[in-house]
Amino acid sequence: MTKEPVAVVGIGQTKHVAARRDVSIAGLVREAARRALDDAHLAWADIDAVVIGKAPDFFEGVMMPELYLADALGAVGKPMLRVHTAGSVGGSTALVAANLVAARVHRTVLTLAFEKQSESNAMWGLSLPIPFQQPLLAGAGGFFAPHVRAYMRRTGAPDTIGSLVAYKDRRNALKNPYAHLHEADLTLEKVQASPMLWDPIRYSETCPSSDGACAMVLTDRTGAARAPHPPAWVHGGAMRSEPTLFAGKDFVSPQAGKDCAADVYHQAGITDPRREIDAVEMYVPFSWYEPMWLENLGFADEGEGWKLTESGLTELDGGLPVNPSGGVLSTNPIGASGMIRFAEAALQVRGRAGEHQVDGARRALGHAYGGGAQFFAMWLVGAEPPAR
Amino acid sequence: MPEVLKAPLAVEFPFTRSLGPVQSAFLTGLRERVVLGVKTVDSRTLVPPVEYDPVTAEELRDLVEVAPTGTVTTWAWNHHPRRGQPLGTPFAWVLVRLDGADTALLHALDAPGQDAVHTGMRVRVRWAEERTGAITDIACFEPYDGEPAQRTGHTGEFEDAVTGIVAAARLDYTYSPGRAQSAYLHALSGRRTVGERCPSCRKVYVPPRGACPTCGVATSEQVEVGPRGTVTTFCIVNIKAKNLDIEVPYVYAHIALDGADLALHARIGGMPYDQVRMGLRVEPVWTEGARFPDHYRPTGEPDAEYDTYKELL
Repeated sequence: MTKEPVAVVGIGQTKHVAARRDVSIAGLVREAARRALDDAHLAWADIDAVVIGKAPDFFEGVMMPELYLADALGAVGKPMLRVHTAGSVGGSTALVAANLVAARVHRTVLTLAFEKQSESNAMWGLSLPIPFQQPLLAGAGGFFAPHVRAYMRRTGAPDTIGSLVAYKDRRNALKNPYAHLHEADLTLEKVQASPMLWDPIRYSETCPSSDGACAMVLTDRTGAARAPHPPAWVHGGAMRSEPTLFAGKDFVSPQAGKDCAADVYHQAGITDPRREIDAVEMYVPFSWYEPMWLENLGFADEGEGWKLTESGLTELDGGLPVNPSGGVLSTNPIGASGMIRFAEAALQVRGRAGEHQVDGARRALGHAYGGGAQFFAMWLVGAEPPAR
Repeated sequence: MPEVLKAPLAVEFPFTRSLGPVQSAFLTGLRERVVLGVKTVDSRTLVPPVEYDPVTAEELRDLVEVAPTGTVTTWAWNHHPRRGQPLGTPFAWVLVRLDGADTALLHALDAPGQDAVHTGMRVRVRWAEERTGAITDIACFEPYDGEPAQRTGHTGEFEDAVTGIVAAARLDYTYSPGRAQSAYLHALSGRRTVGERCPSCRKVYVPPRGACPTCGVATSEQVEVGPRGTVTTFCIVNIKAKNLDIEVPYVYAHIALDGADLALHARIGGMPYDQVRMGLRVEPVWTEGARFPDHYRPTGEPDAEYDTYKELL
C-alpha cells in the first residue's frame, strides 16, 4: 500500500521578538496554533492529534512542558507527542506529524514548536558545570567558529562571504512581518564593521535570541480538498543523526546531512537540486553556514558554495533564493527555528509568503540541524501533489 | 583498576516566568489575600485557575473568588522536609478543595502528626506575613473548625498586578565520569595523557569514553598520546564569559595530540593571539596542582603540513 500524500493546509507564527512578557508559554503556543487553525478554517475538534517540539527542558526549566500545554493546544482526549532533537527539533517534529498522516494513523494533525528564550538561558542550559571538566568555552559561537575557519581554509573563501549572507538575510527579514530583527538602516559596511566576537565570526553574523512559536496543520487528500487556500504537498522528508564527536567527523560537511538530503531528493525525484528547487529555507545560525550547507545539501560542488553566495544567486531575486524569510539570522526561538524553516518553505509553494514571496516557487526545501551538527531534518514541499 | 571518581553536581538557576492574564490575576490575588478560580465552559470553578478550558480548549477569562477555607480530599505525610519546602518540620502534603471550587489545590498542611490528618477534614489558609504575588503567599494550610469563610466577590482586577515571577530551580546530582574518564584523569595527575584505542576501527580516543561511538564496542587498550600536538583549527574569543576567569582575547583551539585520532579543545598561550595559525605545533604548560594543562604553547617546530591534520579538524 502506498503512503497517504500529506498536505500542509494551515500555517501560523507569532511575531517573533526578544521577549513576550504579556503571555505565558501556554499563551505563546496558543497564538501560533490558533493562527494555523484559522489559516486552514478548522476548529480544535477537527484535530486528531498534536505533535509538539522544543529544545531541552533545561532552557526554560519547565520539565515536560507538553503536559501543561495540553489544554492550550486542545489536546485533551487526543494523542499528544513530544519530539526532541536539539536545534533540529522543529523540523523533526513536523516530520513525525507528517508520518502520522502518511501512515494513515491520523487524518489531521496539529504540529507546533516553540521557545521562550526570555524565560530561559540557553548558554547556561548548555554549559552545566560538569565536575572534572575544564571550563573553556565562551558561548555557542566559540563552538562553531573553529568550524567556520576550517571551511575557509578548505575552500579558500574570501573572509567577506559571511557578511554578504548576514546583510542579505537581514534585508529579507524587512519583508517578513513575523521576523524578529527588522534592522532597516543596516548596511553591508556596518555588518563588516561590527565587533569580532569569536574570530572569524562577527556580531552581525550571529542569530538573535527570540520568543516565538510556529504551528502547522497537516492533513490527508480529503482534508486538502476541503482547504480554503492552496496546500503545500510533502514530496520527501528525512531525518539522520550521527555522534556529536567521533574520529573522522567532518564538522564542515557532516555525512548525516549529505545522507539526509540525498534521501529527500530521492523521494522527491530530484536529480539536480540547484535547478529543480526554487527556494531554500536552511538553518543558518551563523552566516557562514549558508555556503557550508549549500555544499552539504548538494546545491554546489565541494569548495564552491561560497561562489554561489558571492554571485548573488542566493538573493531573494536570484536563481536560488536562500532564506527569503530572513532565516535564523533574523529570528531564533531555538526550538521553533527548524519548524519555521519548514513552514516558510511551505508558504513559498503555497504562494502565501507575502512580500518575501519568491516568484513562481513550485518546489522548496526546508532544512534544520542541531546538537553540534549531530541531528538533521529536511523536507521538500511542492505546489502540486506528489506524482507517486 | 583505579577508583572511579564521583562528585556532587548542583544545577541551579533562577528562571523568570511571564504569567499571562490568568496566572497574573491568581498570584496578585494571593498577595491581596484573595483566592481566585476560573469558570469553565461547563460552569465548574477550577482552582488554581487555567488559561484554556480542559474540555473544549476555549480561552477562559471569567475569574471568580473562592473562600480561603476548604476540605482535604487526600493527603500524604512528609516525614523529612527538604530544602525549599513550605515547612521545616514534618507536615502533610494535602489536596484542598476550597469552598466554592470544584477542583483541589496542592499545598502543605501544618499538623502536629499524621494522626491529626484525615480526608474530609476542614482547613483554612494561613497567609504569609510578607506577600509578593507567589504561591508561597499561602504559607500553608491549618486545621479549622469554623464556618466557610465569607467571600468578597472579587472579580480579579487589581491595581499594580504581578506580571512575572522568578522561579528558582535546583537539581542535585552525584556525577561520575565513569571508568574510562576516571583512568584518564588519574593519568593526567601524573602529567600523562592516556586515551583508549577501539579494537575494531583502531582509532585512539582522547579523552576516552569507554566505547567507540562509531563501532559501538567497548574500548580498553590504553594508549599514551602527546604530549605535543598540532593546532588543527581555532577561534579568537573576544567576549568574556561570566564564569570563566580568562582574559580576552584568547585563542580557543582544537589540538590533535600526536597519536590521537580526534582533536581535544584547549587554550593557546605563550605567543601573541593574532599569530596563532592552523598547523602550529604546541605542547602543554602545567601549573602546580592543576588537573589539566593550563594552556598549550608553541614548541618552535616547523608547522605541520595541512594534509597531515586535515582529517582532525
